Amino acid sequence: MSISRRHLLLLLPAAAVAWKHVLAGTPESSPSYTMSQHWWSMLIDLPKCIGCGNCVRACQVENDVPDGYFRTWVERYHVSDYDIENPHVDSPDGGKKGFPPTKDEGGKNFFVPKLCNHCADSPCTQVCPVGATFISPDGVVLIDKKYCLGCRYCIQACPYGCRFLNPQSNTAEKCTLCYHRITKGLTTACCEACPTGARQLADLKNPNDPIHEFLKTHSVQVLKPYMATHSKVFYNGLDGSVR
Amino acid sequence: MSLRRKRASSGTTMQAFKDSGHLFRLAAVFALGTLLFLVMRSVLVPKSFGQYGHYRGNAMAEIAARPVSFAGHQTCETCHADVLDKKKDGKHAHVNCEACHGPQARHADDPSSVQPPKLDTAVLCVRCHEANAAKPKTFPQVASADHSSGLPCDTCHQPHSPAIESPASVSSAVSSPAVRSPVHSPAGGGAK
Repeated sequence: MSISRRHLLLLLPAAAVAWKHVLAGTPESSPSYTMSQHWWSMLIDLPKCIGCGNCVRACQVENDVPDGYFRTWVERYHVSDYDIENPHVDSPDGGKKGFPPTKDEGGKNFFVPKLCNHCADSPCTQVCPVGATFISPDGVVLIDKKYCLGCRYCIQACPYGCRFLNPQSNTAEKCTLCYHRITKGLTTACCEACPTGARQLADLKNPNDPIHEFLKTHSVQVLKPYMATHSKVFYNGLDGSVR
Repeated sequence: MSLRRKRASSGTTMQAFKDSGHLFRLAAVFALGTLLFLVMRSVLVPKSFGQYGHYRGNAMAEIAARPVSFAGHQTCETCHADVLDKKKDGKHAHVNCEACHGPQARHADDPSSVQPPKLDTAVLCVRCHEANAAKPKTFPQVASADHSSGLPCDTCHQPHSPAIESPASVSSAVSSPAVRSPVHSPAGGGAK
């Protein structure tokens, strides 16, 4: 059988696709959850946050987060009228036990919950030398504990300070967006425990998700947009002083 | 040995063939090395590495396999429909069960032997409702020391539907003069 140059050129793309399938194996192994149908994000409705710390406590219980480390935490901002560029921020024990009374009632005072932004172009996954951290096909930035060397590159790369080194396992750790829950059809632990609905899990690929209507009708911002990380944690009513 | 004799004794074709032996041996070493590399790679690199990208595809299934601690309000509501009824018209209608009762997946798995702990409303309610200037102004807040002088909140308020229906019943239940009538911050709004 002889193949002309023209036929070979026509065959190459098909061969490439076939080879990709050989490499990929069986794509979706879980029958009830199809990764390609989801693109997870989170909405944080700041005017509803009361700084109760329920999310922080729920996260620690759900994910066995060691004491003194946080996958999510709540910050309290105090912005004075005459110096909006230098807000005073505190987060005693990550806001886990709530907040002491706000002394300075002048100016602006508000709470900002923080967590991994699950960036679509995440700097942390780009610097990992061993492929231990990655963005999953459903849009969640995850860490493969078995592959992580504990080199801390990702911790330095995250512009939002969302990663830490687990002192027990010596591997990097961060919010998984409760991947073990969302793949079972549940919401995240922090969203489940939030009493005011300030935190809401959202699926951008689901056309019926209320996030679409919300994003259209509210002034929504992400943290550090100038970093071009394509963060997927959307903040409603975010003050410009928030870093 | 003169140069002429050396040229004569070794024919040019013969010499080329003799030298090529080195190349074959070198090629064999390379081939063996490549083979060894491929064999080791197939043994050492997990099968699922590269399945979706430059990472181990199985890692996602491993992360997803973790058991849950919070059962989720849908699970609670399958058994506790009566509480749902109580909540539905109150201000706490949209507060999920485990926001106050804590993680109850173990209770949901085995309701008879694992009982949720009793809650102390004096501690629990102030987590959200203790006055703080950083809280949204529309959210109902009280200075607990002033408001109830340390009495548990459920003396007057029923947590599943916290509005007090008849103030008279409160004054009869509580004789302490320190207990004030509603001291909540500006009406309206609140937890949605």
